[in-house]
Amino acid sequence: MSLVLDEPIMATPPRWRMFLLRLLRNRSALVGGTILLLLVLSALFAPLLAPYDPFKVNPIQRLRPPSWDHFMGTDEVGRDLFSRLIFGTRYFLLICVVTASISASIGTLLGLLAGAGSRFVENLIMRVIDVMLAFPYILMVLVVVAILGPSLWTGMVSIGIAGIPGYARLVRSAVLTVRREDYVLSARALGASESEILFGTILPNVVSPLIVYLAFSMPLAALVTSSLSFIGLGTQPPAPEWGAMLVNSRTYLFSAWWAVAGPGMALFISIFGLNILGNGLRDVLDPRSGR
Amino acid sequence: MTQYVAKRLLLLIPVVIGILLITFLMKALIPTDAVTAMYSGQLSEKDAAEAIATLRAKYHLDLPWYQQFFIYVRDLLQGDFGDSIRLRKPVMEELGYRYVNTIILTLASLGIALVVGLTAGILAAVKRNSWLDVTATTVGLFGISMPAFFFGLLLILVFAVWLRWLPVVPKGNLALLLPALALGLIEAAPISQVARTSMIDVLSRDYIQAARARGASELELVVRHALPNALIVVLTLVGLQIGNLLGGAFIIESIFSWHGIGELAVNAIQWRDFALTQAIILISAATYLVVNLVADILYAWLDPRVELST
Amino acid sequence: MSKALLAIQGVKTEFRLGRARALQAVQGVDLSISAGEIVGLVGESGSGKSVLALSMLRLVQPPGQITDGHILFDGEDVMQMSARALSAWRGRDVGMIFQQPQSCLNPVKRIGWQVAEPLLRHEKIGRKAAWAAAIDLLRAVGIPAPEEKVLAYPHELSGGQAQRVMIAIALALKPRLLIADEPTTALDVTIQAQILELLSERCRTLGTSLLLVTHDLGVVARIADRVAVMYAGRIVEEGPVEAMLTAPSHPYTKGLIAAAPQLGQAQGGRLKDIPGAIPDLSRPYAGCAFAPRCELRQSLSLKACDNAQPAPTTVGSAHTVRCFGAAGSIQSEMRVTS
Repeated sequence: MSLVLDEPIMATPPRWRMFLLRLLRNRSALVGGTILLLLVLSALFAPLLAPYDPFKVNPIQRLRPPSWDHFMGTDEVGRDLFSRLIFGTRYFLLICVVTASISASIGTLLGLLAGAGSRFVENLIMRVIDVMLAFPYILMVLVVVAILGPSLWTGMVSIGIAGIPGYARLVRSAVLTVRREDYVLSARALGASESEILFGTILPNVVSPLIVYLAFSMPLAALVTSSLSFIGLGTQPPAPEWGAMLVNSRTYLFSAWWAVAGPGMALFISIFGLNILGNGLRDVLDPRSGR
Repeated sequence: MTQYVAKRLLLLIPVVIGILLITFLMKALIPTDAVTAMYSGQLSEKDAAEAIATLRAKYHLDLPWYQQFFIYVRDLLQGDFGDSIRLRKPVMEELGYRYVNTIILTLASLGIALVVGLTAGILAAVKRNSWLDVTATTVGLFGISMPAFFFGLLLILVFAVWLRWLPVVPKGNLALLLPALALGLIEAAPISQVARTSMIDVLSRDYIQAARARGASELELVVRHALPNALIVVLTLVGLQIGNLLGGAFIIESIFSWHGIGELAVNAIQWRDFALTQAIILISAATYLVVNLVADILYAWLDPRVELST
Repeated sequence: MSKALLAIQGVKTEFRLGRARALQAVQGVDLSISAGEIVGLVGESGSGKSVLALSMLRLVQPPGQITDGHILFDGEDVMQMSARALSAWRGRDVGMIFQQPQSCLNPVKRIGWQVAEPLLRHEKIGRKAAWAAAIDLLRAVGIPAPEEKVLAYPHELSGGQAQRVMIAIALALKPRLLIADEPTTALDVTIQAQILELLSERCRTLGTSLLLVTHDLGVVARIADRVAVMYAGRIVEEGPVEAMLTAPSHPYTKGLIAAAPQLGQAQGGRLKDIPGAIPDLSRPYAGCAFAPRCELRQSLSLKACDNAQPAPTTVGSAHTVRCFGAAGSIQSEMRVTS
């Protein structure tokens, strides 16, 4: 009983265009993608968009509520909050890119080695991964911060490192599944070398789960990095990083709620955008996992 | 069952050694060691050098690393976690009551997370595609995107500042309410997502249809036939969630001035008090390990199929 | 014919596939089962026979839905029953067993609990009594050492044992009707005969009517009194088992008999398959659904086959068929006009 026979037969467009089309038709991907696009634009054109210098202290204008001059109000030293939020997008995206690059590159490499390497290599890598996973995520981060000392970069590096085991496990299990597939066996039968098989045949086939995982781990990494800044172990004030902006303003929660709400909402909306973009990507790339 | 537990315990050995090595290495990798940091600028060069040498000897910092590691493990086995350089007292003294506080906060949050998360997830699954499901799913998505610290601040803002239902500096049990709510509601989000998915999966199984065919009402189907199966899946998540709760506690504690190990850890790292940091990391990792072990054993006990597959 | 225990009339069941499309799994079926009778419902996969079986107990789950028809059980209208009345009816008066016995048992509950559960629900007896009854029920379906097996979990049973347990559960309350949906398909060949034997023996002993849904005519030939053949959501031929096997009227029934190992060889020929597949049930089709695969239509080239639904025609005692070509009188008439 075939239910798909009556689908119109189209000339198949290139794979990436099909992918993009399906993504555009997915509502959560569309909303998430729009939020991400706005973040990128704001980061690129921050100096043009921001009405004030984000670092300019103005003691007379301390803790002003939202108004026409400062439509998100000012913080405890009179800096314009809106301008600081605009520049904060740069930090947010930087954090996403740096943490994800560290975890994804090292994690994928370890996962590939564990999945395709010798038994000894696999055991060695997986034991190390097990130990890393025995630490709750935040503890892993704190260990690294404790060693390197608190700053934006150590925060990002530590969260990048803490994300490695997740990628390694994902890629390894994907590799183990793909390795049994016929096309890998046939590549081997045709005389491809191990590294050709690993990077030429196996890697392209684990890309889909990798992208989905990336989409979900990025907002998590951003969330933890800002938390780290918030408890004073990440980005240090006066940098306009959203988490760090809350460090001082939380003291004024009772008198100036906007100074807390602004950066908080900025974080929430950005992370929400990445999360639903992840949902959309998952629906498009891995239709079976649908709800 | 005993065999299963023994097996799980054996698997823990390399992990425990790994954790000990990592916490130990923390000290070894630190650029300026703690003793130097403590006395820098306070004494004359010569006196400082002497004092440092004595202290270095006292903390075995002059020995090769493997001997230091051996001494470290030996001391731990004797319950000696070292002295806090900043607080100038044994680490255990400070850690004890703070550990209890953190456990209280974690358990209270876990309770809230389970009650809210399971209820929302199961109702959403049973009333699939209804307005209730849509609401629960959306709120859940908000929940996983919400930084715990911002949510904590929002709770204070709403309940203490705007509504004035709670004092700004609550005492006693009230002091637990907001931090536990902040953590618990955030963690309820992933729990509700998993509860929903696994409940939907279980409700589509043959044995549910078979039970329906012999006259089980829809309520009975959900509560007596589907729930035990769905809970097993949720349980595996809860083991991992404890890690998140512990992590979340580290951040939430400092907002609500809850005197737990999280608040202490943040301070210890800023003080560069490594004995203290080390001990907190160690004790948290150990707690996490034990919790996951218990979750695994509980899992094997609840699910009759597990023993065969291990 | 004695008064029908279960009588269904014009039942239609569909599965919604989208806003505008629906899969018409059951397209207006009449069928009745008398007390103590064993009826075989035969068809290939996708013919709608399992959906029909589920419809009889109103067990079709969304997106599936019974859109039309009546279901009468002992004179009572099942379609009008409240949720509570349905629950009381299912399990007590009717039981059902399914194709995959192991996935029909709750994996985390002990066998005893699952056997005792209908007793606890429908009869006011205590836990102890229910547990003891469960052991007796398991013994009655031939489970060895039932005192130990009540403590077992489903994964510890073989497929045959699991189906025995399912039979014990379904018959625990001596229902008046048992619907068995492909009860032996998932089992080893050697076990199949035992389970069939057990089913018919238990039903005859308890006076329970049995509707046996299967794709295997051999199974039906062995134990059924009457046979209904289903194709593409409709019953195409129905009659007493001897008449159906020795003098089938519908070309589809003939094809099925020719394709069944024991029966086909008994008729002295080689096994034949029926070319083609069941049509797409989501697209309405004016003519006889079997027409595209029908040898008879090709040889007779009847126009009616493509344009109208054949009405039921009596071809023998309690033996009806829906086919333009098979019904004698019409057959010659149509041949003239075409």
